[in-house]
Amino acid sequence: MTEHIVLRHRDIERIDQLEVYLENGGFRAFESIVRKKSPEQVIDIVKKSGLRGRGGAGFPTGVKWSFLTPDVYPRYVVANADESEPGTFKDREIMERNPFQFLEGVAICAYAAQAEVAYIYCRAEFWDLTLELDRKIEQLKEGGLLGKKLFGSDFSLEMYTHLGAGAYICGEETALLESLEGKLGQPRLRPPFPAAEGLYGKPTVVNNVETLTNLPLIIDRGVDWYRKIGTEKSTGTKVFSVSGNIELPGNYELPLGTTFRELIFEHAGGIPNGHAIKAILPAGASAPILPASDEVLDTKMDYESVPEVGSSLGSASIIVIDETVDIAWVESKITDFFEHESCGKCTPCRDGTYWMKHIFERIMDDTAQAHEIDLLHTVGIGIQGKCLCALGDFAALAVTTAVERFRPDFDLHVQGKSSKAA
Amino acid sequence: MLAENYTQEIEAILAKYPSDQKRSAVMPLLFLAQREYGTLTNEAITEVGELIGLQTTEVASLVGFYSLYHDRPGGKYRIQVCTDLPCALKGAQAFADELCEKLDIEMGETTPDGQVTIEQVMCLAACDRAPLFQLQGPNGFRYHEDQSIGSAMALIESLRVRGQVDRAHRLTAS
Amino acid sequence: MSVTLTIDGTEVTVPEGTLLVDAAKRRGTDVPVFCYHPKMKPVGMCRVCLVEIGRPARDRATGESLLDESGDPLIQFGPNLETACTITVGQGWQVRVSSEKAIQGRKEIVEYLLTSHPLDCPICDKGGECPLQDLTMGHGSGESRFLFDDKIRLAKRYPLGELIFLDRERCIQCARCTRFQDEIVGDPVIGFYERGRRLEIVTYSDPGFDSYFSGNTTDICPVGALTTADFRFGARPWELNSAASICPHCPVGCNLTLSTRREASNAGRDVVKRVMPRQNEQVNEIWICDKGRFVHHYARSPERLTSPRVRKNGKLVKASWNEALTRAAEGLKGAASSAVGIASGRLMNEDLFNLKELMAALGGRAILVDSMAGGNLIQRYGVGVGSNLGSLGKRDAVLVIAADLHEEAPIWWLRLKQAAERGTTLIVANARATRLDDYAKHRVRYGPGEAVQAALGLLHLNGGDPELARFEGDRALKSAARAIKRARNVTIFFGQEGLNYAGTEALARACALITESKGRVGKSNNGLVAVWPRANTQGAWDMGLRPEPAGLHRALAGAVAAYIVAADPVGDDPAAAAPFEKLSTLIVQDLFLTATAELADVVLPAQAFVERAGTFTSGERRVQRLYPAVGALAGSLPDWKIVANLAHRLEVDLEDKAAPLVFERIAAAVPDYLGLSYDDLAAVEPQWPEVGGADLYFGGTAYANKQGLGVQLAPRGAGRPLKWKAPPRASAGKDLLLTPVTVLYDRGSALRHSRLLEGRIAPLQLILHPDEIERLGLSEAGEVEISWDGRSERLKFAASTDVPPGSALVPRGAGLALSDPTPVTVRRSNS
Ligand SMILES: Cc1cc2nc3c(=O)[nH]c(=O)nc-3n(C[C@H](O)[C@H](O)[C@H](O)COP(=O)(O)O)c2cc1C
Ligand code: SF4
Ligand code: FES
Repeated sequence: MTEHIVLRHRDIERIDQLEVYLENGGFRAFESIVRKKSPEQVIDIVKKSGLRGRGGAGFPTGVKWSFLTPDVYPRYVVANADESEPGTFKDREIMERNPFQFLEGVAICAYAAQAEVAYIYCRAEFWDLTLELDRKIEQLKEGGLLGKKLFGSDFSLEMYTHLGAGAYICGEETALLESLEGKLGQPRLRPPFPAAEGLYGKPTVVNNVETLTNLPLIIDRGVDWYRKIGTEKSTGTKVFSVSGNIELPGNYELPLGTTFRELIFEHAGGIPNGHAIKAILPAGASAPILPASDEVLDTKMDYESVPEVGSSLGSASIIVIDETVDIAWVESKITDFFEHESCGKCTPCRDGTYWMKHIFERIMDDTAQAHEIDLLHTVGIGIQGKCLCALGDFAALAVTTAVERFRPDFDLHVQGKSSKAA
Repeated sequence: MLAENYTQEIEAILAKYPSDQKRSAVMPLLFLAQREYGTLTNEAITEVGELIGLQTTEVASLVGFYSLYHDRPGGKYRIQVCTDLPCALKGAQAFADELCEKLDIEMGETTPDGQVTIEQVMCLAACDRAPLFQLQGPNGFRYHEDQSIGSAMALIESLRVRGQVDRAHRLTAS
Repeated sequence: MSVTLTIDGTEVTVPEGTLLVDAAKRRGTDVPVFCYHPKMKPVGMCRVCLVEIGRPARDRATGESLLDESGDPLIQFGPNLETACTITVGQGWQVRVSSEKAIQGRKEIVEYLLTSHPLDCPICDKGGECPLQDLTMGHGSGESRFLFDDKIRLAKRYPLGELIFLDRERCIQCARCTRFQDEIVGDPVIGFYERGRRLEIVTYSDPGFDSYFSGNTTDICPVGALTTADFRFGARPWELNSAASICPHCPVGCNLTLSTRREASNAGRDVVKRVMPRQNEQVNEIWICDKGRFVHHYARSPERLTSPRVRKNGKLVKASWNEALTRAAEGLKGAASSAVGIASGRLMNEDLFNLKELMAALGGRAILVDSMAGGNLIQRYGVGVGSNLGSLGKRDAVLVIAADLHEEAPIWWLRLKQAAERGTTLIVANARATRLDDYAKHRVRYGPGEAVQAALGLLHLNGGDPELARFEGDRALKSAARAIKRARNVTIFFGQEGLNYAGTEALARACALITESKGRVGKSNNGLVAVWPRANTQGAWDMGLRPEPAGLHRALAGAVAAYIVAADPVGDDPAAAAPFEKLSTLIVQDLFLTATAELADVVLPAQAFVERAGTFTSGERRVQRLYPAVGALAGSLPDWKIVANLAHRLEVDLEDKAAPLVFERIAAAVPDYLGLSYDDLAAVEPQWPEVGGADLYFGGTAYANKQGLGVQLAPRGAGRPLKWKAPPRASAGKDLLLTPVTVLYDRGSALRHSRLLEGRIAPLQLILHPDEIERLGLSEAGEVEISWDGRSERLKFAASTDVPPGSALVPRGAGLALSDPTPVTVRRSNS
């Protein structure tokens, strides 16, 4: 891959400066749609591009926009910059290094949705980054690229940043909206979906930072150009955040459909210290764990292929685990995470993660009885499909698949022969 | 009093949200109160509630839910080390433990001079730069990535020696 | 529109939009629930209501139903169980509540819940009426796979204020209590703190859990996490008997259940252990306010009178009933037509009827101390039969004028708030802001004491007399008037705030005329409701008692003997003692030795409502029955019986045997009550939501109503033309109009004698506008001196921006002897 779409700062120096961004065609797409295209036409372009949500669910972006309740205003656009999935650090790089392309993406989305206010919900840890975004938004207003009656049209747009305060669940879009409304970040019942009743009960589009950052180039260069990248059903590129036991951790923007093997061994330098790869968590903590078999390594990373080998792509945060690591320990860390982050609204997630955590404490102490590993599995299975939001399923899936796929690692603990790592 | 000392900031915060949705301002206002008072005491929470017409309980409930608001006293600075899975795979737990040992406090505790609290946190979205922590001070958060015990202790020393909050914060900015 | 579906194989047809749990319930299938409550919006949190749902499959392209081999609609079941509490039914669905998969799913949820729940059922107040306990029996697994050591240990006795206690271990985080406070009551003073498994209920209000409705959370809590201070560890539910009653504290007439138990502390006799709401969807639904719930303890006060007393050698001494009644009879006989009876709306209809009959037989008068007019107009213009605040909707309007319902009639406040949230046009008119304002579409402000002017302005704009033009009013009043004009149905609540008797008389007329202007007098959800100071003031009017417009001293002017029942005029105003002292015979009948009783020649001990049978007529003119819950305090008698016994000694024939027989006489003599019987009042019909029964959890532990919904009386209609009255002229010249305002927790004898609510009684203080405080040069702390009519008092003061200009407020019944608004001079108190 020679050219970046989202991580364009890697190709163009100082693209985080407005004049550089403009010199490189910045805001051409936004201006052209506001001047010449109807919102429906923009939605149509995005639908045709095949762009899918990069926040985890992979839902077709244009289709989501078309669900907005007709004729109800005001509407809102919310950029999901809560990036809290363990192993994910792409949105931060995008907003830090290529901020104007992201903001232009927000503007394009807002025009398509006919929203005149857009919020950017950032996790509070992105404090400095958010202050910088505020300055960039100011610059755009001064430059007439945001504000009232843009480009002589009737369309006006304001953008504001909003900080979270340390809650993973606020990445879930309805919890995010609750949080933005000044409430506890607990997910809402769905339906209604945000497109019908979102922020303040008004039709709302929530999109991930990376999703939005794709938009300017899709509009500017066209659907045909975009569809040439990636696969038939998973078009375009994806920023893969690679972490864990890996030589060159970092973000890699590659076409969807690149194999795990290519990403891990060609781009990210392979496994350090001559160790062998043991497992892959393809979507941070939030998806089934995959044994790093040849079949898996040769699987294409796209929204269709990863499920075929028993996991999902999610936000494509690839955590690489080498042979020295005890998978029971990995899962205990993951369980700690979800137990800590469960919002507590629904029973199976709140109490199920707590229960799993306690079983894990005994497993890691080597005091667990053999049947407790089965119990752990049963508890995980019991959580699945019963929760209010996907967090509960995430929490359970990683654990149940680990017990199924890496049972020996668990058994070692009950036999008192643990091989604890880290 | 926030309303007097931060009139402009409060106005700017409220201006972000529709006039009938003041409640949305509660989170930024809590950060403001935390900047002013360090700890979110009941009085501080009540004050925030009054600015936007919320009951103290409603605001306190948010303080309890979100992990970056503090209603129990801690150090002026909080060193929040990520020990989540990706960082742990890179030895973050050992880093955190060693840091505690160097400071002679347990995880979650504050140095006797009241300057620095050490905490473990979940993923900070910087997993490629482990070990790392963020520094939560009165004026927000700052990342300190690719850390060693040496660099961390140097930072802590500078915070403790000066005690001059903002200046030290600026000096150590990456 | 209705929808037909099958639930566990049986077909049911329910209205479109019905939630699946409710549909199942209507068919007799209980889907277990914890977080769902039929009075609140579904949240789908607890996940215990899991069922399998099969929906008719459709062809994606054509949208047509697909058929299976046998030609029936093809039903597709999703991979996951779904929550029956959040999903509205669909046509042709097949729902499985009792399938293995659904049962297994629910079992898992119960097992998760029990990981955090202690197993202290044997000492839990909810034990025996606990949904979690029942569900564990029905759905839980036999043994716990969760290690007991892993259970969280948390505070088991955490006070959320002095009324409600929280057991943190027992809380299952269903949020019913917090949602009740937020959604239904609008007092979000309890909330969740922390998250995940660490979630806990907290309050930061001062006083803790500061809401007039807090007790209801203990009813709807599906486990024993929330308990009331007076009931926790008080008794086990299965030891309790229950009796139906009616709350005697305000004109709403909330239906109650009194749970009783025999106790050694009471010599093996019944004691009221708790007061809970009894469902009456037309009156109080399943709620009551905290006054109604907690104040009953006065009935067990050691200060209750247990024997009659008569004055001998200047001293009140204990006497036998015979002696006391004989002495009283002599006094009344001597006075004959110069005798006055004085009673309050605290009494039941039976008492009031007998008293009225007795006084009539003597040729004397029966005076009502509740000095507010309009009872006769309510008889003509009261709300029509079938009126129900719970049914008000978008086409209806409600005007509340000169009343603060949150303080005076909390459940009306609650139901009007909810009506407003459903789209009913709520108009609140008052000289000051009240808590109903938050929900009002129109807020009309008038000058202190000028409610009548405002009402006449509304009347004028609704086609009243052109002469009324001078009352036209400001923009807010005009748009409120238009709203009244536009609405299909109009209900008017009028009170007495800022008015004297003549003022309330003029207000009642103006309001009656506004309802008349709509031409729908007698129809449901149309008409007048008086916000009476007492539970049965309307009944008193109906039984023929009338206030003395010029005040009690006038009524006593030529009197030789007075018979005071359930009233304490001297306690209310010590300066009013003089005329009582001049009487040759003063008879006082009460529960306590009141200040008036201390002056009496004869004191007769009466019974408390918990000991009594009788009827109250509510502000909405619903006649409702009270049943005795506990045996009477030895030495006391019901008021009607005392009156009858006294009457016999005067050769007046009154019913003295049983309350129902008194009521038979009422039903024969009082026109609006003609033909009514206790049986009619005891009739019930099915109500929704269905509470009680085997599945108490559905509505929490509210009591199903098996003892009577009461009978709403029909207004007689407009009849002879009514003429408006000009507002009484306010006397000028003084600087501030001091207005007594009613507060829920006043210093009345009930509250004073029940202890639990002591800390919440409104303090006696003058409430002034901050500008006034500045103008008077008052320092922040200290006292003021107020003077009027040659009297003066020193009082503490407090500031509030809600005080209208030109006036000052004082809580009614807090100790200042002023019941009418009065111009006063306020100055700094020297010293
Ligand atoms: C528990 C949970 C956490 C999530 N966290 C994030 C997040 O941090 N960032 C994000 O963009 N989406 C996150 N999502 C996905 C969002 O709910 C939502 O699908 C996404 O913002 C939609 O944007 P997209 O269509 O552009 O992907 C999360 C979802 C769940 C269930
Ligand atoms: S699944 Fe977990 S995070 Fe999601 S609503 Fe339930 S408790 Fe909250
Ligand atoms: S989720 Fe349905 S009753 Fe709780």
